[in-house]
Amino acid sequence: MAQISQDNRGLRLVVRYAVLCLIAAIFSFPLIFMIVSSLKPSSQLLADAHSFRALLPVGDISLQNYFDAFKRAPVALFIFNSVLVTGVTVVASLALCSAAAFAFTFVMWKGRDLALTVILATLIVPFETIAIPLLLEASKLPWIGAGGITWGWLNSYRVQIVPFIADGLTIYLFVQYFKDLPGELIEAARVEGASWFAIYRRVVMPLSGPVLATAAILKFLVMYNQYLWPIMVTQEEQYRPVMVGLQYFFQLNRAWGEIMAYLSLITVPVLAFYLYLQKAFIASIASTGVKG
Amino acid sequence: MAGITLKGLQKSYGTAQVIKGVDIEIEDGEFVVFVGPSGCGKSTLLRMIAGLEDITAGDLSIGGRVVNDLSPKDRGVAMVFQSYAIFPHMSVRENVAFGLTIAGASKAEKAEKVAEAARILQMEHLLDRRPSQLSGGQRQRVAIGRAIVRNPQVFLFDEPLSNLDAALRMDMRLEIGKLHQQLGATMIYVTHDQVEAMTLADKIVVLKDGMVQQIGAPMELYHNPANLFVAGFLGSPAMNFLDVDVVAVNGSKVLVQNAVLKPVEITAKVGGFTQGGKAKLGLRPQYLSPVESGGMLYGRIALTERLGSETVVDLTLNDGNRLIAALARDAVFPIGADLGLTFDATQAHIFPL
Repeated sequence: MAQISQDNRGLRLVVRYAVLCLIAAIFSFPLIFMIVSSLKPSSQLLADAHSFRALLPVGDISLQNYFDAFKRAPVALFIFNSVLVTGVTVVASLALCSAAAFAFTFVMWKGRDLALTVILATLIVPFETIAIPLLLEASKLPWIGAGGITWGWLNSYRVQIVPFIADGLTIYLFVQYFKDLPGELIEAARVEGASWFAIYRRVVMPLSGPVLATAAILKFLVMYNQYLWPIMVTQEEQYRPVMVGLQYFFQLNRAWGEIMAYLSLITVPVLAFYLYLQKAFIASIASTGVKG
Repeated sequence: MAGITLKGLQKSYGTAQVIKGVDIEIEDGEFVVFVGPSGCGKSTLLRMIAGLEDITAGDLSIGGRVVNDLSPKDRGVAMVFQSYAIFPHMSVRENVAFGLTIAGASKAEKAEKVAEAARILQMEHLLDRRPSQLSGGQRQRVAIGRAIVRNPQVFLFDEPLSNLDAALRMDMRLEIGKLHQQLGATMIYVTHDQVEAMTLADKIVVLKDGMVQQIGAPMELYHNPANLFVAGFLGSPAMNFLDVDVVAVNGSKVLVQNAVLKPVEITAKVGGFTQGGKAKLGLRPQYLSPVESGGMLYGRIALTERLGSETVVDLTLNDGNRLIAALARDAVFPIGADLGLTFDATQAHIFPL
């Protein structure tokens, strides 16, 4: 009996790993194809595409596509713009949304629950439906800069950052996490004389590592993948992010090798960021009960 | 240091009234224990004093100043929670110094006060540890340490010992008593454990259903309970209650009897008796003693518990009711045997029904 059940367990383990490997392979094929193809000249890339050679770095391998990509488009500028816009938005969003969630969770005020309901209701409004009104609004907003007051936010970094700092999903993530923190910790801090801000900064935020990681990753992905909005609000190359930059490779003569090289370049930062925060991300998803 | 006055204090959640007009006068430096069964409102009352719950009606004064609308930090109170509520991301030292850090104290002042608190609580060796590396008793010390460094006018304890095991609970109880003597601060302590109440308190407040049942020194409550609830709540094992008939009333002297009890005259501490009426006779198990003959009550032994210092005998009286007797020292009584008991009528209590 014991022998059979042990065999069973071994078999089950083998099957489980086989399935996991298969799933991992399915998910990694496109990535491998992209990276491998970025190293091949366009002619060979197309020739290999119908065999498993498409997934192997064989034949005429070089970094030529990368050099050509940099020649064809201001790749460094696009990456810089994306990293800047994404980075500022993520940091500002974590600060603002966590503070809002703190007020929704720990501070009692009139209309609190209604306000939270309204914010959560925004989750079901797709961005596309508000894109045009938002564009009209952004085109008329004032800004005080070095040259005095100017009107209209188009063609700037701020128009890509400010509308995305506060969002319902991030607030919701923080609210869910804060609700699970022991209430007596907050009460103890209050009795000890801490102001709401001191409680937020010294007690709640230091305990919020997992949810900060989750919110940062989700926000990062949304911001880094922005396409529709930047196309609408930036006519000048100077402010365009990576996804808009992709257009440059589909104009005139389409070079697949360069496209793959560009895609590899802009995918790497996302993967690196995700791997860096992965552990905390999974812990937080598991603890908040939010399915990713 | 400060006295505290609760005047007509009320608390409602929507239509549910949980504190129904409480009046308590607490002297400066007094150790007051709020005691009562679960849901009696004792913790709510404490949280109202701390400022963690709003006051629906009535006045709360600390040190002669009405503090109803002040936030917790402006009331000069420190609180120790049942769950300890120490900050998991800070070392013990940072936890103890938290209130001082918030108040913007200098490094030197913090170091000095933390060292002083650590000395009082004998936890100098724990200061650099994380809360996760501490046992329950040590965590409670840290929570108390955090309370004492700020020199608060008032200490509030919300069932601080109920998460500890029995042996540790006794140690910490003694330490809290010592701490009160050392600091001389006003302390309010909430518990459902009557032993903690009896041993620690200068004054006990017995609560039930959001109302004060009786306020007084532990022994006063023990010997002169104002009503049936207080009589039954304080003392272990609990007081026995027998249904009796009032045969005669002469001033405070009430003559009672029932089917198993010969007529006996009791001096009543409360009024409201009528001849021919019903009453409850309260007998503490400790004041019953066995007799060979001429007993006032007879019953059959159903169970005995020998604790060494006393023997608790569970009797079934001849009318079927139960009676618990706590007899001095170790004694052997065979189960099923008949036992006659007598009691000192001056130690008996009587309450009208």
